[in-house]
Amino acid sequence: MNTKKGTTVMTRPSEGPGSGLTESSAGLLRELVAHLRQNRTQLREEWARRITRAELLTAMTEEEIFAEATAVYDNYVEALETGTFEALQAYSRRLSERIIPRGVETDEVVGIVLLLRDVLARSLFTKYQDNVEKLNRILDSYEPAANRIANTVAVGFVEERERIIRQQQEAIRELSTPVLQVRERLLILPIIGVIDPQRARQLTEQLLRAIRANRAKVVVIDVTGVAAMDSGVANHLVQTVEASRLLGATVIVTGLSPEIAQTLVTIGVDLSEMATVGDLQGGIEEAERLLADRAPPSPPMRGELPPETSR
Amino acid sequence: MEVPILRQGQYLIASIQSALTDADLSHLREALIAQVGRSRCRGVIVDVTALDVMDSFAVRTLRDIAHMARLRGAETVIVGIQPDVAFAMVQLGLTLKGVATVLDLEEGLAFLDGRTKERTLEVKPKRPSGRG
Amino acid sequence: MGDELRLTIAADVDVVEARQQGRALAAVAGFSSGEQTVIAAAISEIARNILMYAKKGEITLSLVQNGDRQGVSIIASDQGPGIPDIERAMQYGYSTSHGVGAGLPGAKRLMDEFDLKSVVGQGTTVTMRKWRRSI
Ligand SMILES: Nc1ncnc2c1ncn2[C@@H]1O[C@H](COP(=O)(O)OP(=O)(O)OP(=O)(O)O)[C@@H](O)[C@H]1O
Ligand SMILES: [Mg+2]
Repeated sequence: MNTKKGTTVMTRPSEGPGSGLTESSAGLLRELVAHLRQNRTQLREEWARRITRAELLTAMTEEEIFAEATAVYDNYVEALETGTFEALQAYSRRLSERIIPRGVETDEVVGIVLLLRDVLARSLFTKYQDNVEKLNRILDSYEPAANRIANTVAVGFVEERERIIRQQQEAIRELSTPVLQVRERLLILPIIGVIDPQRARQLTEQLLRAIRANRAKVVVIDVTGVAAMDSGVANHLVQTVEASRLLGATVIVTGLSPEIAQTLVTIGVDLSEMATVGDLQGGIEEAERLLADRAPPSPPMRGELPPETSR
Repeated sequence: MEVPILRQGQYLIASIQSALTDADLSHLREALIAQVGRSRCRGVIVDVTALDVMDSFAVRTLRDIAHMARLRGAETVIVGIQPDVAFAMVQLGLTLKGVATVLDLEEGLAFLDGRTKERTLEVKPKRPSGRG
Repeated sequence: MGDELRLTIAADVDVVEARQQGRALAAVAGFSSGEQTVIAAAISEIARNILMYAKKGEITLSLVQNGDRQGVSIIASDQGPGIPDIERAMQYGYSTSHGVGAGLPGAKRLMDEFDLKSVVGQGTTVTMRKWRRSI
């Protein structure tokens, strides 16, 4: 984007437009709204022009800018009139949803709303320039409402952006822990980084689906890259091993640090029941052995049917 | 909902077609055990691909089937547990310990072939007709 | 609170019905298929407990909202014998019916919120909720 203009300071509006207004200022607001309605066509064209001239929203075509400008304008006037911001909020959220993927930046959105404020203020100035006292009163009632509107739109945009960023992080996470198939029927799940309960759950779901899709018989879960594991996540690891077995796959855990091993023991995991091998390489070798054993169906199945009494 | 039980060679195959009530499950257990005894089969496959949920009752019933079949000389394998169902099971604390589970019917048949061969080798010299 | 689904639990088909309705509601609320299964499993356990220990009772399923979070609520109540020692009943492995003893603690683990109220001689109410993970 070619419109980086540094940080934008957002005004924090003190009050809604309706609050603390005297009878006459409510009247003024009505008059103002009527003026904005009457001059709708001209004002929103002026606004769209200014947007283009300021090189804002460059990712959008002129028609798109005009269409959005119209919708924002109408919502703007409605918010001024009713003093309620829900419709505007909802609209700005939808607007953000549409324009964020196209690379529109926060300062552009703040910029266009401030431009609208300016366009409208100028028009009021022209209309009331002969009556300075009335102009001042009109601007007094217009200012706080206009600020609040600018803020609503900007906050809506920022929130939507954050939501999208979170969503992207989520997607990256999923990509960052791929389930790898190294050979037929053998999957490797290298886990790297911090695991929180949500990510742990995601990993398990991914792994279980991959076991089924690839008809895997052996899975090596490598936790060398896991810094720490609280008991919740350790429990989850155990559940993953068990759920994999229910799908017919044997899990080998590699790269358990002494700390994580300790956590597992603390939560009551019998490490002798969990197949663990020092490092990933050793784990893969062990997996190959298991798979080779399995190919002809006669030799004993390791680890499969433990006697019922072993607890 | 009755669960059809088919005989294929030395094995009985019960394939569950839909969600089952507790009574259906109990009925399946009775029917399987009776047939294992009658048919002197060597293996039992229970295909649970269509089960929507495996809760404590279903797990208990499947375990009972495996144990009772073993007492009558047949090995049991559960096939077709869905990924989501497996995950919910382990979160419930249910693991089917001591019961063989494999991916699907094909794997189940291969598993039983392996088990029965192995067992025939072990068992034959001592008691030629140890079942019944 | 709009849609509410009340189901009578008095036979084993009702247990299946309740968990299938629960799954459908979870789907409406936008839960993933994995989470739908989890919710269905929890309902199955609680519904079976009603049938097994109280003979009959009721399950109410509904959608709930908390801010912009969506979830499902499950309330299971019966006028059965009640549970004398709730703490023990909540322990994994405790069962008065030679069961696994996994139903109550398991359902608690599956859901985000779990509350058990029981008065001996009056009955038992289990209230559970699960929220959709944000985003
Ligand atoms: N609705 C109820 N009314 C009376 N007692 C109950 C009720 N629900 C549970 N209980 C008591 O709590 C105990 C534990 O319940 P829980 O569901 O955890 O295990 P279970 O039903 O015994 O076995 P499982 O559910 O694993 O098959 C039960 O054995 C029973 O004594
Ligand atoms: Mg129970």
